[in-house]
Parts: sequence; C-alpha cells; structure tokens
Amino acid sequence: MHSRISDSTASAALPGSTGHAPLRESASNGLKIVIVGGFGVGKTTMVKSVSEIRPLSTEETMTQAGVGIDDASFVQDKTTTTVAFDFGRISLDEQMVLYLFGAPGQERFWFLWDRLFSGTLGAVVLVDTNRLADSWYALDRLEHHGTPFIVARNNFTEPEHSLEDVREALDLSPDVPMIDCDARKRDSSKAVLVALARHLYSLSTGAA
Amino acid sequence: MIRGPLDKEGPDRLYTVTGGRSRADESRFDMVTLIVSESDPTPGMQSEHVKILRMCRRPLSVVEISSYLELPVSVVKILLCDLLDTGRITARHPQPARPGGRLPGPETLKKVLVALQNL
Repeated sequence: MHSRISDSTASAALPGSTGHAPLRESASNGLKIVIVGGFGVGKTTMVKSVSEIRPLSTEETMTQAGVGIDDASFVQDKTTTTVAFDFGRISLDEQMVLYLFGAPGQERFWFLWDRLFSGTLGAVVLVDTNRLADSWYALDRLEHHGTPFIVARNNFTEPEHSLEDVREALDLSPDVPMIDCDARKRDSSKAVLVALARHLYSLSTGAA
Repeated sequence: MIRGPLDKEGPDRLYTVTGGRSRADESRFDMVTLIVSESDPTPGMQSEHVKILRMCRRPLSVVEISSYLELPVSVVKILLCDLLDTGRITARHPQPARPGGRLPGPETLKKVLVALQNL
C-alpha cells in the first residue's frame, strides 16, 4: 500500500503520534487552494514548505469515461483509474483551515479537477520557464472555468527571462498577477499564497 | 501520477471494506469536510470505522482520513456515510466557496489574506 505514498511521506504519522499536528476543536470551515503545474515543477515542494503537516498523499478512484456519472464504480477495474495527489494544511484562524492540493496540470489529468477541486478559492499555476508548454492546458482550463489564478515562476536557478517575457509567452491577460518564487523556501511560498489571496480579495471587492 | 494499490490488489479488498457497495451519496462530503467523532467505537465494529472514530476525536478532514487509512477518498466517503447515518460522527461542511461561480465574500477573503500574511 505504501507504493502510492511519495518518498517524503512514506512514514506519514497517524494522528496522535509524532509529527501530527491536530486541528483545533473549533476548526469548522475547510478551504481549498490548488497548486497546478507540470511534472517536477515543484508543486509538492511548495506544499511541503508551507504546510503545518508533513505533506500527505492520497488517491481517488474514478472512471475516465464517466467522471461525475453515477456508474463511476471502483469495482469496475477495467475502466477505473486512480489518481494520486499530495496535499498539505495551514490553520488560518480558529475556524478556517486551508488545504493546499498539488495537482498535475496536463490535459490527461484535467478530468480530476471538476470532481475533486470544485469549490476551490483559486489556483497557483507553478511554471518552469524551460517548460512553459506544460502550463498551457491548465491555463486554458482555468480561464474557461473562471477559476481565479496567479502564475508563479519557480526559480531553482537564476531566471534568464523577465516575467513580462513569460507573460507574453503564455499569452496571459494583464490582470493575472505573476510572481517569482523559490518553492523550497517557506517565505517565498508564503508570498505566493499571499499574492493569490490578495488577488482574490481584489476580485471580491471589484478593485481588480 | 496514475498508480495505486487497486492495480496490484484488485478491487476485492475495497469491495469488502465497503460491504459490497461501490458508491454511496458521496456528494454529502467534500474533500475538506471536517469530521468529528461523537461516540467511541463499540465491540464488533468494522475496523475501518473504529479507526475513523479514533482519529476524529479532534476534527479531521475527509482527505486526511483517506490518507491515514490508505484508502481512496471515494471509499472513505462511503464509510463516513455509515457513521453519519448512525449518529457516530458529525460533519462540518465547508462554506461553499463559490456559489454560482462567485468568490466568497470580501470579509472571508480578507481574513484569509491577513492570516496568510501573519504566518
């Protein structure tokens, strides 16, 4: 069973044992943000750097053909697939708990979004300048769904291009915030989430 | 990313866990619905139900329960339906984030922003 748990979470602690931070008794409102991007771009690294728990991994079963349709039965193994995703958690206040989900952004995984990530506050599209094409499909779908998002460029090395060049290459609308980050660093990942939250707040007040 | 125990184990075990049910009214739970135990396990109770009741003495989200039990979210939701129907747990549902495709109110988003800034 451990094969689906990523290396960093292979010994995920059960509640009550070492490493588990229980939620407050008053926690009552779960919120969701999705971090989407291509393979290896740093989604789980970002979750790990800001999560109050060690990132966990879980999976969902569904049929590719009939997602959202009643016959999505996991006993029909020939038509069922499993999708694994990593997530972390941030307690925001006495009531609000924010869950961060790292999700693959490629076309073949998008079927997972409608079912699992409906109701997300917004999304962070994590991009690697060397592989911008990995982000196109996710950007297209986010715009189509009307899900608010920002673009964060993860710089494991010094960037060669300006953010404006990246904006142009991605054909991003001017009102989509962009930010540089280093997903390995907590403060940097935090700044990305703050940028998204500021964008969402602006949208809600009509200031954007 | 597509990998998992189902491929190796076959569905039999999961079928057993849920007593043969392949689906329930899963829409009763979101992935981030918080579950709280309202009773202690009783003798003879199915082991997965026992584990859920024990781990939810403090609030715990559906997706965390799924991860700790190493069972898919959809299977966990079926187990949670059993417990909810018999009053052994309560569920704290998320406020709909975007009713009608809209964002939550500015007050909520302001709280989120300030809390993240204060991390």
